[in-house]
Amino acid sequence: MASDFDRRAFLKAIGAGTAATAAPAILTACATAPAEPAKPIGRVIVIGGGYSGATAAKYIRMWSERRIEVFLVEREAQFVSCPLSNLVLGGSRQIGDLTIGYEKLREYGVQVIRDEVTEILVERKRVRLKKIEDLAYDRLVVSPGIDFQYDLIPGLNNPEAQKTVLHAWKAGPETVALRKQLEGMRDGGVYILSMPKAPYRCPPGPYERVCQVAHYFKTAKPRSKVIMLDGNEDIVSKKGLFLAAWNDLYKGIIEYRPNQEAKDVDVKGMTIKTEFDSFKGDVLNVVPPHGASLIARQAKLITANNRWCGVNWQTTESIAVAGVYVLGDATLSAAAMPKSASMANNHGKLAASAIVATMTGQPLNPAPTINNTCYSYVSDREAMHVDSVHRWNPEKQALEPVAGSGGVSAQRSELEKQYADAWARNIWADTLS
Amino acid sequence: MKAALIVAVAAASIPLAASAQGTYPNTGRDLAASCAICHGTNGVNAGGMPNLAGQPQDYLARQLRDFRDGKRPATIMHQISKGLTEEQITAVSAYWSAQKAK
Repeated sequence: MASDFDRRAFLKAIGAGTAATAAPAILTACATAPAEPAKPIGRVIVIGGGYSGATAAKYIRMWSERRIEVFLVEREAQFVSCPLSNLVLGGSRQIGDLTIGYEKLREYGVQVIRDEVTEILVERKRVRLKKIEDLAYDRLVVSPGIDFQYDLIPGLNNPEAQKTVLHAWKAGPETVALRKQLEGMRDGGVYILSMPKAPYRCPPGPYERVCQVAHYFKTAKPRSKVIMLDGNEDIVSKKGLFLAAWNDLYKGIIEYRPNQEAKDVDVKGMTIKTEFDSFKGDVLNVVPPHGASLIARQAKLITANNRWCGVNWQTTESIAVAGVYVLGDATLSAAAMPKSASMANNHGKLAASAIVATMTGQPLNPAPTINNTCYSYVSDREAMHVDSVHRWNPEKQALEPVAGSGGVSAQRSELEKQYADAWARNIWADTLS
Repeated sequence: MKAALIVAVAAASIPLAASAQGTYPNTGRDLAASCAICHGTNGVNAGGMPNLAGQPQDYLARQLRDFRDGKRPATIMHQISKGLTEEQITAVSAYWSAQKAK
């Protein structure tokens, strides 16, 4: 769209109508791709343009043959991938390599709105936004990602402390800032990564991160150390493969400490406190416990442990609010389902299939099947994977891992690093273009 | 008029009956979408992966079965193909085969 002014005028025009009667002439004029059908059969609003939301937006347009209007509300100008962001810390990728615009989604007729939803009015089927007028929907997709629970780490529960001790668990400016901290650290310094108890975003991510930081230290600051304080009792994902990588590649650099959940941080003293111990470092990287983002809480979509949104995994429809579909890391995961980009992308497709079927009067997929594939890079040269296949069991009404399928790499390899790079190119294209 | 109404009702009931029997029409489409995380939307490779779109159905189905049965070596596909039913292998192969390669 040409300018903020044009966009506002446009949205004002269609926002004023009901969802089913948005003016098609305006839509046609605005879209760069083939003309809209004469009358849309309804409108879906997607809150959040990450792996799950952007995928849902694209696939609803594709599978409805452009008959369903889709508005994607995203507060950031561009998408930044969490997968591969540890490579920015390791130095083999730049953040720009992982940054992608939303322009291509417009070619599918997705109306990408840079704004933030401040309130979901469930009874009235409308969302309230920061910059523009309310928008009505027929179906709502909530894919807001996670918020951190800083109240559980008192020393970090203020904005100043959070500028010094970063999480870098949402890719973007924090990723770049953490890399700068590592570059500025003296040789012989200590980097500490603190991770909360599972479930958290990206199960293998922390173990990959310490590999990448150790890789950087090994080449640039060989006297430096990496300490990982894990809130869990053991390595959560790809244990054998990570232990082998640490032993073969980073012996004497990485120290792994299980059962060391951060209880507090002394920012001035650069110290992480666990139940019985204190760990002093030069660069502290604390990932607090997290749960579904605030907007999900406000809409009363959280159903589990005061943190996650329960859904019916055949459709991703919320178990709390009908007509609202929750996707991505904000959800209460199904059995053995990780909070990963691959899963989030596939949540988008579960939702798209169910929403298009429901809105066009077609049957639901009786046994949706999705797969997860997560690669971890242990250096600038080698990677390894974990994968699983999950199928809806209609009798048990549960999405379950398929017995006998899935597994991990036989060993890390340069070939799997090539596959990891290919995974990234394909999932980015599948999600955003 | 009455006859027309009966025909209309019968026609309308077909999708429901089909659904109850498990002949959902989009099994291939939905499964191909899941594979797109590595193989690209509709099997059209976006870089570094074999293109599945437009390949012969028999060829695609045979590769999946060979991965599953350990006849074709792999880093990952031997694990993923074991999660698919015969019906799914047939449906997803047919779907990719019908897609245009770019």
